[in-house]
Amino acid sequence: MSSVAVSNKKGFGAVFWDYLTTVDHKKLGVMYLLAGTLFFAIAGFEALLMRIQLMVPNNDFVSAGLFNQLLTMHGTTMLFLAATPLLFGFMNAVVPLQIGARDVAFPFLNSLGFWLFFLGAVFLHLSFFLGGAPDAGWTSYASLSLYSPGHGIDFYVLGLQISGAGTLISGINFIVTIITMRAPGMTFMRMPLFTWTTLITSALIMFAFPPLTVGLFFMLVDRMFEANFFDHTMGGNTIIWEHLFWIFGHPEVYILVLPAFGLFSEIIPVFARKRLFGYSSMVFATILIGFLGFMVWAHHMFTTGLGPTANAIFAVATMAIAVPTGMKVFNWILTIWGGSIKVTVPMLWALGFIPSFVAGGVTGVMQATAPLDYQLHDSYFIVAHFHYVIVGGIVTAIFGSMHFYWPIMFNRALGEKLGVLTFWTFFIGFHLTFFLQHFLGLMGMPRRVFTYQANQGWDLFNFISSIGAILMAIGVILLVLNILISIKSKPLNCRDYWEDGRSLEWAIKTPVPFYNFKQTPLVRGFDPYWLEKHEGNKEGMTYAEPLSDIHMPNNSILPLIMSIGMFIAAFGALYHPDGVSWSIPVIIIGLGITVASMITRSVKDDLGFHVHVEEVIATEEQLYGKGGNK
Amino acid sequence: MMKGLKKWRLFSLLAVMTVFLSACGENYISTLKPAGAVGKQQLNLLIFSTSIMALVVVVVSVLYLLAFVKFRRKKQDENYIPKQVEGSHTLEVIWTVIPIILLLILSVPTLVTTYKLGDVAAMEHVDEDGNKTALTVNVTAKLYWWEFEYPEQGIVTAQELVVPTDEKVYFNLKAADVKHSFWIPSIGGKMDTNVENVNKFYLEFDEESQGLKDGVFYGKCAELCGPSHALMDFKVKTLDRDAFDTWVAAMQATEGQTASKDSTDLGEATFAANCLGCHAVSGAGASGAMGPNLTAFGDRNRVAGVLEHSKDSIETWVKNPESIKPGNLMTGAYGKLSDEEVSAVADYIMSLSVED
Repeated sequence: MSSVAVSNKKGFGAVFWDYLTTVDHKKLGVMYLLAGTLFFAIAGFEALLMRIQLMVPNNDFVSAGLFNQLLTMHGTTMLFLAATPLLFGFMNAVVPLQIGARDVAFPFLNSLGFWLFFLGAVFLHLSFFLGGAPDAGWTSYASLSLYSPGHGIDFYVLGLQISGAGTLISGINFIVTIITMRAPGMTFMRMPLFTWTTLITSALIMFAFPPLTVGLFFMLVDRMFEANFFDHTMGGNTIIWEHLFWIFGHPEVYILVLPAFGLFSEIIPVFARKRLFGYSSMVFATILIGFLGFMVWAHHMFTTGLGPTANAIFAVATMAIAVPTGMKVFNWILTIWGGSIKVTVPMLWALGFIPSFVAGGVTGVMQATAPLDYQLHDSYFIVAHFHYVIVGGIVTAIFGSMHFYWPIMFNRALGEKLGVLTFWTFFIGFHLTFFLQHFLGLMGMPRRVFTYQANQGWDLFNFISSIGAILMAIGVILLVLNILISIKSKPLNCRDYWEDGRSLEWAIKTPVPFYNFKQTPLVRGFDPYWLEKHEGNKEGMTYAEPLSDIHMPNNSILPLIMSIGMFIAAFGALYHPDGVSWSIPVIIIGLGITVASMITRSVKDDLGFHVHVEEVIATEEQLYGKGGNK
Repeated sequence: MMKGLKKWRLFSLLAVMTVFLSACGENYISTLKPAGAVGKQQLNLLIFSTSIMALVVVVVSVLYLLAFVKFRRKKQDENYIPKQVEGSHTLEVIWTVIPIILLLILSVPTLVTTYKLGDVAAMEHVDEDGNKTALTVNVTAKLYWWEFEYPEQGIVTAQELVVPTDEKVYFNLKAADVKHSFWIPSIGGKMDTNVENVNKFYLEFDEESQGLKDGVFYGKCAELCGPSHALMDFKVKTLDRDAFDTWVAAMQATEGQTASKDSTDLGEATFAANCLGCHAVSGAGASGAMGPNLTAFGDRNRVAGVLEHSKDSIETWVKNPESIKPGNLMTGAYGKLSDEEVSAVADYIMSLSVED
């Protein structure tokens, strides 16, 4: 396989095939970003339908059954299929560059992770067309999910099982990448914070997803083969599902929010033109949050009846998380303190993030107060709380980082003016939607209700909340518009687009060649690019090796085929309880395809290929003109 | 002097917040207008934690706004490179220790209240005759309705909980089908009704419900339980102890009451033929019925938990329950009734009452 092909314009078919087979972390990053945006839009649309339904009391815009499907799919999609892949998109696109690696440690697995996630997600969404989506909430508490008729819950279980495997694979991949593939001189305590949070998040994935997998598997066999893990009439226990789910579910929040913290820790120093304040305490706080994140799951179950002692322990443990989180917030503020703040769109999102996230954090502490939580639990207060954390903390990070990293990912910039407009529309809409929901909860409105009776004092706030949701939707449309406009815009072909880049990813010229740095850079301190820049190094970085042949992995279609095998098998499993004759053969065929591809992969030696020095020089000249990446 | 001023400030802050908070919501459903000791303790915790958290928010916001205003890049500073500060141990210690202290302060009332609200030992206390001293209600949550059994009194009712004021009422909570959650917002926090175990807790009702808009407090199901989760409402009638005892006696007096197929009243006869299998019309008994007990139906506040309490509503409900509460278990459980029969049954049900 030769790489000089880079220079030629490819036809649509070739490009399409390239994306189906790619193992390049940058392309997979783009694919994660696109897939994540698609599911974000779908889940956002579901939310909009729900808010329209709740705009006025006793509305009949959607039926009760459909509403439960919407709320379930909104939550499930946003957490598993939108936020996770969007953050994975940035991790893929940025982390290998930040540590000066050629790619991730296991490029083949990286591709497999994406395809498993994507096909699992598609499988889950097919439920809408095949008899109804899951309707027991994203938490899918066992008694209700076993009771739920139809195949909705089966779609949930199988879809998440497949896409969860993809997430787990990607998590392991990032751990290995970050531990083993750092450029010379990039010690752990010189790693950019986004790399750190990616590492900790991946570790959390490794420990948090297995309990989910186990729980889903129990539910799968309960529904498929009438096992009785959760059927209490046969000696099962539904509380076990709650524990398994939340042992996964609580760390899941940190799996999402830690990379968001990491992204802001990249954005803020760049636009404050100042080193991240208290780097080592930021790292420590990240690790501590990750650790404590596993100690607090039962605070989702204060009203389950675990008894006062369990509630007391988990209440105090939960409060403890506020301490490292507070450290982070103060460190960000002290980073801009004494800096020179330039308000660009990414910085605007960062500035909007701090107060929104603090608001979400303090209501979290209020809910940690167990006896108070008896009132707040499962009311609209909790809905307000977690949207402040997830939208205020994670979505702001994603939107801000889109603007921030667009130049590196696409060699294009997103428009500033439209970006500012997007920010204000979305930001105002967000607070309008969710701030009043705190009060709705306190006024006695339970969550997950498809309608409410008039004259309970909730009418006005619900109406305002729905108006806010419409504003948020407009904000998202503006962002998508911005993306579409950027496709048509001129390529940047520059280095350090924001001019104050600090970490390694800004040292490389865009478009980034498929092998990343032509020579592995030498890292001489924290914020290596800033260091070199301010010592007058015009070349970007000092390199750790002479220009030599580069070893790169081959593309492969096998990850896609493996995932398709799982996808097919899932249909067999889904229809098995109906007693159809073809279910077992379909399971066998599907798994057969997967296993056959695995055998092919194991038997066939794939040693990758070398990009020779001449080809590197040719590529560089083709991308950047004479002189290459200087 | 300074100390006094600070105290005064804190007090006024609390006062303002109390006003702000109590101006929210309706008194028959809002957690911000509690009518019971449990709810009041929870409101106090809410105000206390909100005050501490407001302090945090104010400090963060001031620092943040100050930093933003003071250090925004100006035109002439385009090339200015600020000092690259690594960090500060002193500051790190300050913003680690102060939050820890704040949380410790918050955790004290949290722990105390957690144990206090979790204490149901008095449930088992008996007097010299071996009778339980405290009132216990067994709550069974069923797909979209609530059953309330008073085991010591030997009576059972549904959809409308009747309790005495000014004493602790203990609850045994259980679900019959899927998980629900029992919540009376203006009285106190919720507790789940699980399918496999009985949860116990207590509530106190300090106010008679008579003066409220509908004469009842509103109760809700707080755990997603299916399509009609939003409609799984119940009501709570609080009476003083004497009135409660009268009510209990009236319920006990209905022992053996039933509807007869041979009745000359078309409503009663139809009811006996089609409804009695699930709906009892005697309040004496235990929980475990297929459908809500209708002994005190005429005294209630809603039809099917959400419809206006009228004959029309009953007719609408009986003709097509599915259109009111999707997924309910009553649809299709009885024979086809003519309009005339439905009307007569509605009249009959409305006539069932134990109050004067």
